[in-house]
Amino acid sequence: MLGNRPWKMAVGATAIALLAAGCSGGGSEDSDSEANSVIIGIAEPQHLIPSNTTETGGAQVLNALFTPLVDFDEQSKPVEVAAESITSDDNKVWTVKLKSGYTFHNGEPVTSDSYINAWNYGAYGPNGQGASYFYERIDGYADLQSKDPDGEDGPQKAPEPKAKTLTGLKKVDDTTFTVTLSAPFAGWESVMGYTAFLPLPNAAFSAPGVIADGFEDTIVGNGPFKIKGTWEHDQQIVVEKYADFKGTAAKVDGVNFKIYQDPKAEYADLVAGNLDVQGTIPIESLASAPTDLGDRFQKSPSSSFAFVGFPLFQNEYKDVNVRRALSMAVNRQEMTDQIFLGSQTPATGFVSPAVAGYRPDTCGANCEYNAAEAKKLWDAATTKPQTIKIAYNADGNHKAWVDAMCNQIKASLGVECAGAPEPKFADLLNKVEKKEPVGLIRLGWVMDYPLMENYLGPLYGTGGSSNYYGYSNPTFDNLVKEGSAAATTEEAIAKWQQAEDILAKDMPVIPLRYGQNVYGFSEKVKNVKVDTFTKVDVTTIELAS
Amino acid sequence: MFRYIVRRLLQMVLTFFGATFLVFALTFANQDDPIQALAGERPITENLRQTLMERYHLDEPFLVQYWYYMKGLLTGDFGTSLTGRKIIDMMETAWPITIKLGLMAIIIAATIAVTAGVISGIRRGSIFDNATLVVTLIILSLPIVVLAPLAQLVFGIQLKWFPPTATVNASLFDLLLPALVLGSLVIATELRVTRSAVAENLRSDYVRTARAKGLSRKRVIGVHVLRNSLIPVVTLIGVDIGGLMSGAIVTERIFNVPGVGFNLARGIGTEDGPLVVGFVSILVIIFLVVNLLVDLLYAALDPRIRYE
Repeated sequence: MLGNRPWKMAVGATAIALLAAGCSGGGSEDSDSEANSVIIGIAEPQHLIPSNTTETGGAQVLNALFTPLVDFDEQSKPVEVAAESITSDDNKVWTVKLKSGYTFHNGEPVTSDSYINAWNYGAYGPNGQGASYFYERIDGYADLQSKDPDGEDGPQKAPEPKAKTLTGLKKVDDTTFTVTLSAPFAGWESVMGYTAFLPLPNAAFSAPGVIADGFEDTIVGNGPFKIKGTWEHDQQIVVEKYADFKGTAAKVDGVNFKIYQDPKAEYADLVAGNLDVQGTIPIESLASAPTDLGDRFQKSPSSSFAFVGFPLFQNEYKDVNVRRALSMAVNRQEMTDQIFLGSQTPATGFVSPAVAGYRPDTCGANCEYNAAEAKKLWDAATTKPQTIKIAYNADGNHKAWVDAMCNQIKASLGVECAGAPEPKFADLLNKVEKKEPVGLIRLGWVMDYPLMENYLGPLYGTGGSSNYYGYSNPTFDNLVKEGSAAATTEEAIAKWQQAEDILAKDMPVIPLRYGQNVYGFSEKVKNVKVDTFTKVDVTTIELAS
Repeated sequence: MFRYIVRRLLQMVLTFFGATFLVFALTFANQDDPIQALAGERPITENLRQTLMERYHLDEPFLVQYWYYMKGLLTGDFGTSLTGRKIIDMMETAWPITIKLGLMAIIIAATIAVTAGVISGIRRGSIFDNATLVVTLIILSLPIVVLAPLAQLVFGIQLKWFPPTATVNASLFDLLLPALVLGSLVIATELRVTRSAVAENLRSDYVRTARAKGLSRKRVIGVHVLRNSLIPVVTLIGVDIGGLMSGAIVTERIFNVPGVGFNLARGIGTEDGPLVVGFVSILVIIFLVVNLLVDLLYAALDPRIRYE
């Protein structure tokens, strides 16, 4: 057979195979030895084409590679960056004038066409871009979509949309273009701060309306950094300073966006000194973070808003006093202190503090813990649920606080309460959409642009995209609409605030917590800022010594 | 021998198709709403859902989807993941690192297990034997979801002996800690099996004969006992490869190794059928080939076994 020492052969063979495997890897240590660069942890982006980027990992990278038309100041007011001016007389036709001199990393000048082509691509339905709904307000959006005649399960394919370009986008000259909205919207300038409104160079397209193969992996932007090499999937995206950048230059020469699948692994690297910045420290590591990091563990406001929706399609929850009682039965302070270790703060309103026009305490007594009053309201109510269920998705770390909330409700109202886990968020949504009696629904929201409208419309408006519980109040809808159509943002905010006051009376949801960015950084860096979108500011970060 | 191998290879083809069909059916059954799973909690517009469902054939019935997939697979096209990446590209980066990790784990585990197993088999009841019994019991009772983060915390962060995470370009040293953790999954059983086989064989007739012939103790144990004791251990190692690959899902996630387990975990999380099936198909092939090799190794270890 194989000689009389066969296992030696076997061991030898595996050793050789191992050596070969060992030799094939390795050998690229020198690529990231830039002296003046920092390492920032991210999750693997799903996409890097701006109109398809909807999660934080991708947005963080785009933030380094691109310069947006507008950015936001401390008060969440828009500030022009790549735009020279953005003006409108009627809030319907907006004129965008670009700063001259900006170029893409391949040398192409940034022109009106760079924006118009990118937005047309993003809005065209068959391209299936994740952020396409951002262009909804632009005139002609509907003509770029097509409806499947027999629903998504039917055999027929959707016909080709009527148009390929938005009628609302018009080029005036190389540095000026107009955006016509289908209805006036006072906050449009803020909307254009989102990544979906970034430009793309001509090099991005292999034919009009077709993104070139492989462009996404070596994406070319107009920002302070350009991509070095290609996107190394699941490993890293390395960017280096773009010498011809016309805006405020960054203080570091390069950034290495290191990709992590598990934030706990990312935290381990941060503590071990292999990583410079982690934008979101996982909740499991929060207890040890203050000792591990000292004053390099910091917090800043974020836009996330956690709440629980009432299934308003169920009769038991139609009585507003039942809803008020449940809201008052919850001790938010105890929840944020005990479970979230102070990484979140109790919610006292229906929009996040990150938006302009936020007022503290709009919810008033209805969001204050008051067990006695809650019990009184509960006992007085005639139609009320016999037991309370709180439905949540089991894959999202919600069990601890849902159970705690249930215990608080039990203690305050003396009613049975239990958490009802669903495997995934999609399972939960399916049940809610079929109007099954799932009980209270755990939900959350992160803003797309810092306007009150971005909370009021999707969450509480009739038919809002995230209004799964079916709240509908015509007066509220009108106020939101009037605010959107107002002449100035101040007037808009006034209307939106009135709308929020209605929510405080109707209590369609239980506001629970405002999120915060809990981030940490290494001893190597200083001046680390994380904005309300949970993005690390790559222009202000610098090396400590 | 040759006919045996051909017969086994033909069986493998059938097993492969059966296995991929099962895996495809399972991922299909698990799929409620992959588009929503991909978007997380963000609401999706009707238009976007419709476009993506059509692009990835998610609107088709099960058999049609399977047909599309197999058609691609037979022409060497593993398809694209739901984020639009070519699965073959993902495999090219994922497989080498996982194979490296798996081999290291097997070699570490087998070396320690066989050495310690033989020693404790010879010196039954000694301090060494009892100590290994306690240590293996402890390791057996610790699931990998506990062991891996614990090892990372103690050896990676507190003692700083090893880097706490590894990447695609990791050196053998970077992978040592994950490999040790992964190897500990199987080390305990391999050690116990070696020990009992050695203990049993020491009492057998041929060992007494060998000793009576006047052979040295080294030769009796090194050749006669060890060779016969390795048969069950080799079987075990072959079966363990499957266990190691599933253990890799946890280990690779914790140590941030972007290998097969890492991609499988992601694919299952986002209900990405083509991604899961693609990786599992290769896993099936590896498992089948390894088992064939193990069966052939039997013949090498035990001259009484002949394949026709």
